[in-house]
Formats: sequence, C-alpha cells, structure tokens
Amino acid sequence: MTGTTETAAVKAAAGAATAPAPAPRPARLWRGATPWLFLLAPLALLIVFTYAPIANMVAYSFTDWDGVSPELRWTGTENYAELFTRPELFEVFWVSGYYLAASVIQIVAALYFATILSFNVRFRNFFKGVLFFPYLINGVAIGFVFLYFFQDGGTLDSVLSLLGVQTDRAWLGTPTSANTSLAAVSVWRYLGLNFVLFLGAIQSIPGELYEAAELDGANRWHQFRHIIAPGIKPVLSLTVILSISGSLSVFEIPYIMTGGATGTETFVIQTVKLAFQFNKTGLASAAAVVLLLIVLAVTWVQRRLAPDDKVDLV
Amino acid sequence: MTRRAVTRVLVYLSLIAATAVVLLPLAAVFLTSLKTEKEMAAGSGALALPGDPFNFDNYVTAFQDGRMLSAFANTAIILVVAIGGTVLIGSMTAYAIDRFRFRFRTSVLALFLVAALVPGVTTQVATFQIVNSFGMFDSLWAPIALYMGTDIVSIYIFLQFVRSIPVSLDESARIDGANAFTVYRKVIFPLLKPAIATVVIVKGITVYNDFYIPFLYMPSEDLGVISTSLFRFKGPFGAHWETISAGAILVIVPTLAVFLFLQRFIYNGFTRGATK
Repeated sequence: MTGTTETAAVKAAAGAATAPAPAPRPARLWRGATPWLFLLAPLALLIVFTYAPIANMVAYSFTDWDGVSPELRWTGTENYAELFTRPELFEVFWVSGYYLAASVIQIVAALYFATILSFNVRFRNFFKGVLFFPYLINGVAIGFVFLYFFQDGGTLDSVLSLLGVQTDRAWLGTPTSANTSLAAVSVWRYLGLNFVLFLGAIQSIPGELYEAAELDGANRWHQFRHIIAPGIKPVLSLTVILSISGSLSVFEIPYIMTGGATGTETFVIQTVKLAFQFNKTGLASAAAVVLLLIVLAVTWVQRRLAPDDKVDLV
Repeated sequence: MTRRAVTRVLVYLSLIAATAVVLLPLAAVFLTSLKTEKEMAAGSGALALPGDPFNFDNYVTAFQDGRMLSAFANTAIILVVAIGGTVLIGSMTAYAIDRFRFRFRTSVLALFLVAALVPGVTTQVATFQIVNSFGMFDSLWAPIALYMGTDIVSIYIFLQFVRSIPVSLDESARIDGANAFTVYRKVIFPLLKPAIATVVIVKGITVYNDFYIPFLYMPSEDLGVISTSLFRFKGPFGAHWETISAGAILVIVPTLAVFLFLQRFIYNGFTRGATK
C-alpha cells in the first residue's frame, strides 16, 4: 500500500504535477487514455502520410511494379543495380553540383548582408524587405519571371545592352549556361531566408559585447570574427544542412522553367518522370530511397559535427 | 576617417546593387504586363515603358481565359481547411506531449522528430499510391490531407509555446473541475494565439505557393490552384508574354500585400519555423 502511494507520488512529481493524487481506478484509466485521445488524429495522419509511404517505398524498390497493374514481381536489388550502373540515371546528381556551388555563394552573400544590416544603416527595413521578399513569391511566378529574364531580347539582354554589352547568347541554350542560370535563380529566390535567419541570430547577440569590443579597439572585421561568427554558429550549421539537402532535391525551378531539358534534369525531376510518365514505380522508388538515405546521412553527419546544437528541442 | 567613409559608400553601393538585382526582373515583368499585343510584336524592349500605363487588358485576359478566379477559389478552400486542421492537430499534439506523462511518450515524440527529417519530395512516389487508394486523387482532399498530415514544423512551434504557458493555469482550472478537454479548449488554446498567428502565416504562404502537390494530385483543369493554373499559361499563351506577365503579377500581388501588412510576423514566423 505504501509502495503504490510512493510510486504515485514519484510519478506525480515527475509528471510536473499533472497527476496530483492517486485517483480511483476508472478515473485513472480515463486519465491514462486522455493523451492518446488527443494524439489519435495526429498520429494517424503521421503514420498514413509519412511512415506508411516510406515503408511502401522501400518495398516497391525491390519490385518491378509499374504502379497500375495488380501484378508485381520481386526483383531483389535489380533496381538499385540499374540505378548505379546506368550512368545516365546517376549523372543527374552532377546537376546538384551547380546548386551546391550556388548555395555557397548564397550563404556568403546572406552573411554579408546580414552583417551590414545589423549595424546602423539608413533604410534598413526597406533593404531587409527587398532582400527577403523573393522567398515569399510563388515558384511558378518566379519561373515565368526568369524565363522572361533569360529569353532572347529579355530583361537580361536589355540590361546588358544598356551597359553597352551586346550578346546574342541563348542563356538557357547549353547545359552549362542553363544550369548556371537556374542555380542563379535559386540564389535569387532563397537568399532572403538565409539572410533573415542570420540577421535574427546576429541581433540576438547582446549589444554590450560590441561596445566592449570597440573600447578594446576592435574593428568591424574583428567584431565579425570574434563576436558574430561564434554567435551564429548553430544557425549557420542548420543552413548548411538545409542547403545540401535542398541542392539534392531541387525540383520546382528547373521543372517549371525548362522541364528538365538541355541537361538541367535533377534527381527529383528524373524520379517524378520515372514514376508518373514511364510507370517505373519500382525503379523510381529505389531512386527515392537512395535520395532519402543520402539526406538522412547528411543530417546525421551534421548532428555529429555540431552536437551542441541548441536548435534541437526537447 | 576617410577609410570609414569609403567603406560606407561601398556598403550602400552593394545594397543598391542587390536591390536592383531583386527588383529588375520583377519590374520588367510588371512593365510587360501593361503592354499591348502590338507593342510586343513590334519588339518593345523588356525595360521599355508601356505606351499606356493604365492598360489592364492583359489582366482581364489572364483572369478570364486563365481561369484565375476558380484558381483563387480553390486555393482559398484548401487554405482555410488545411490551416484550420493544422492548427487543431498541432496544438492538440503539443498539448498532449507537453502536459501528460504517459507510456511511449518519448517514442511518440521521436516519431514526430524523425519525420521532420524526411524530405517530402522523396516519398511522393509511394504517397501517391496511398492517396490514390483512399480515392482522394484528383480532388481537393488530396492536398488538404497532405498539408494537414505532414506538417511537423507547426507542431514544433506549438510545442515551444505550450511549454511557455505555466502549468499552474491548468491546475487551477482542474481544481475548478475542468477536465483535460476543457483545459485544452478554455485555457491552452486561447493562450496559443501568437503561435496560431505564426502557423497561419507560415503555413498560408507555403500552401499558397506550393506547386508540387497540386500538380501531382489534381490534374483536372477545374481543380487548378493558383500555381497550377499559372503553370498552364505556358501552353495557350505560349509566346504571349504580356498575358503570362499579367498572370504572374496577379499571383504576386496578394503575397506583396500580405508581406507589407504583416512584415514583423512574417520575419518572426519564418525564423521560428526554420530553426524549429
């Protein structure tokens, strides 16, 4: 008897005092069920739309299913072998390289603008708004804005001719030029998010630190190096991982602008085409599993490298 | 001192250059949207001013022939239902996880945590089959269910907030005889207003801009949302850049209006959403 009251007391203490006194049996049962009643719908949705698809996807990846017919054949690791041996299927990963390079430029630029706008600058809110706004724009609208930008005689050519440069270059005409252009659009679109994240982190650094540093004769570069850089480390590592997984799963911009033509096909575009145009659900699932594993591996490595991640909750 | 001045000039120059890079592509499209077909055929440059700055004919064409009205209506329905659902689901999950100690609590939490790492684009191959088996394919329910069911970020935002609400409030309500549902409805939910505002804004903009899910799950033309309807401009208006531009501007203007009115909330919301 004393034993049960003791455990109940311990539980109540551990439970942040949500269960004050040992209640009679039916009430206790009811209390035990309460959290599950709240979690019923969320968990059902989570399992149906996140975990069941992952499980199914792994299962499909070992079959030759076409997504429609009731028949499917177990093929073992054939899909994976095909994925890694047919160079044209794996080549699309190189396209991610353009976006990865672009995200380096993006992070550096975002860091620069966040730093200068954290100091006293005239029209600060205007510049902040302008830099951030592209992130909020609809992807299809961005696609059209930049199709017009890069087209023959479009915005870019007009600007260049104003500057006295005459080009009749088809910006989206060759794989290198097209991928570079598309990666630039991606910088235009996503710079704002990185910038605002960095700015938020910098502004949460107490102002006295700068004053103290200034008294010690530190210049702006010293302030950046020794105060700002350490202060934004968690956000920076988060941004790096978001950029890597983002670069690997690029879809919208190239799909809307070129449809994956002229060598701009990315891994996700290829997977979508395999699954929904060529009805190769099995092969597409294998591709998706590979991408998922890479993204999870990248996340895991980042967690390992920066274990003091304060961003992590709970 | 002069060196300081030079740095200052360079800083402003870089800011002005960045502003130009952001605004020029948008300005060119805006100018084009005001031009007539004739002007375009005559080879009006991208940065040339339109002959009549109040020529809104292209907007009318885009709105009517581009089915933008039904697109805005469909988007609005999805927005309201999906956001309502997300707020309920997110707040209920956060309440249950933060205020109760029960068996498998950590496992449930881990389930939500790990799901946040899975990029949605990768699993659509298999999600498609599940959505299809529920008979939701090519209906508004597909995006609604997916937006509601796969939003982990909102759950994080609610979790942070529920944690900041003192437990003593729950307790005093309990002493007055309220049960868990009344506590949730009368105490927790009203106090979550700032979190709800954040989730509504972040989720609203994400849903409004999403292309992938409606494109994949709602191929019929009647079910076009603004992204997919605008995407369909590519076919019939092929080379009619004045109409396409008008369509793009039509889609951007609501975002701009929301941004100008709710700036502060939007910055906070996205910072909180991304850093979880």
